Amino acid sequence: MLTLPIYLDNNATTPLDPRVLDAMMPYMTNMFGNAASRNHPFGWQAEEAVDYAREQIASLINCSPKEIIFTSGATESDNLAIKGVFEMYASKGNHIITVTTEHKAVLDTCKHIEKLGGKVTYLKVDDKGLIDLKELEEAITDKTILISVMYANNEIGVIQPIREISAIAKKRGILFFTDATQAVGKIPVDVEADGIDLMAFSGHKMYGPKGVGALYVRRKNPRVKVTAQMDGGGHERGMRSGTLNVPGIVGLGKAAEVAKQDMEADTKRIAAMRDRLERELLTIEESYVNGSTEHRLPHVSNISFKYVEGEGLMMGVKDIAVSSGSACTSASLEPSYVLKALGLSDDLAHSSLRFGLSRFTTEEEIDFAIDHVKQAVAKLRDLSPLWEMFKEGIDLNSIEWAEH
Amino acid sequence: MAYSDKVIDHYTNPRNVGTLDKGKKNVGTGLVGAPECGDVMRLQIEVDENQVITDAKFKTFGCGSAIASSSLATEWLKGKTVDEALAIDNMAIVEELALPPVKIHCSVLAEDAIKTAINDYRVKNGLPELELPKSHH
Repeated sequence: MLTLPIYLDNNATTPLDPRVLDAMMPYMTNMFGNAASRNHPFGWQAEEAVDYAREQIASLINCSPKEIIFTSGATESDNLAIKGVFEMYASKGNHIITVTTEHKAVLDTCKHIEKLGGKVTYLKVDDKGLIDLKELEEAITDKTILISVMYANNEIGVIQPIREISAIAKKRGILFFTDATQAVGKIPVDVEADGIDLMAFSGHKMYGPKGVGALYVRRKNPRVKVTAQMDGGGHERGMRSGTLNVPGIVGLGKAAEVAKQDMEADTKRIAAMRDRLERELLTIEESYVNGSTEHRLPHVSNISFKYVEGEGLMMGVKDIAVSSGSACTSASLEPSYVLKALGLSDDLAHSSLRFGLSRFTTEEEIDFAIDHVKQAVAKLRDLSPLWEMFKEGIDLNSIEWAEH
Repeated sequence: MAYSDKVIDHYTNPRNVGTLDKGKKNVGTGLVGAPECGDVMRLQIEVDENQVITDAKFKTFGCGSAIASSSLATEWLKGKTVDEALAIDNMAIVEELALPPVKIHCSVLAEDAIKTAINDYRVKNGLPELELPKSHH
């Protein structure tokens, strides 16, 4: 039995895994202690739970438990990493290199850094969404203190060449930070093998709870420090004050453990469903995958359906929950800056859908989604004057449109 | 965003979708909007010898509100004289479809499409082109 609408927006957030909820529940009820209370069993219990979660997470990303700084989520981790490094390493330089397709939590933090007098280089991506390593090398100056490149993109799922980037950073003595929110728990992420110095990730993108995330901060080769962005009790080795969110942290820990245990089997199943969905949808005329299909997360597919408008399409696919490449609830229709960075025209960027599968997605749901999208695209093309012109062989670029 | 029931109705069952023969002298065509902006409307009217609009068709590339605005416009156009059609105001469409402020441009586009179609008809039939208010978007 299908329950509608079907959730295929797992890059936005994932449902909580019941195993995670079970692990968290005691810490929302009886075991409510403050992990910083050193004087009684309530505090000890909480601290023990937090320490255990640290180990579970460390085991997933191959680091020491001491290198995990708990935060409220990936946005905070991004802010802490970039602003914290900028402040801590001010004497070494003020230049940061990042990429135009980063998440807003990175881009807007970099804008903030620029206001503080820092210099930021925004690398372009090619039509597959990948950066050019040569361009990265050329962007490095003697003032460069940080390279910030996301592990995998949230809109198109494209995975950047992380090991090559970290090798360049290491060679030039620059710290490498990666926003790995979409990657951790989905694909193998190993901070040692990948050469990562700082890494942001979040609970709710990996079947854990919202409101909790972490920043990995390397302690050896090199020892990395970030200046705290919140003043207070000096929790988390002085880098992030604030009473620890014990149930959230327990949930993040459990989510990490489950991810490690199930990743191989999950990935195989999810990738097969994603591939089938994509193959079927690409049988629709004038439909295109956005971004590299070679270097990509196994559960993501971003497809543009030409001559169909994104918001109309969203309305037509109301029985599936997906994202559109068009921020269309605002007065000005803003196409996705990520798709634009790939070189897509505005109309193709507007007409894209992002599908994000999860470990809870079923074959029946994919069957339904395929039919539903095919029908919606066909219906809207019947309504579309652009489709009619295309079918008549009229070059749409030859028409003088009244821009409005 | 929540759509009104009327928008959903027009989106689900659009009225008068289709194409009239733009080569005919008594057919006026209005093509407005731009693909980059996310909406393009094509509205056509067929006019009889008494200046009465006997048929109206549309095709729209756009959001639900744009589709509904043009679908509603074709309903209103049928049976009106050309002069009566010129008096159709976008705010009437906003009211009928309960469009929120961010979707008012859809109604403006529909009004533009009506006026552009009428002008096309006028020019084809040797009547002077009417001055259209430009770019209210």
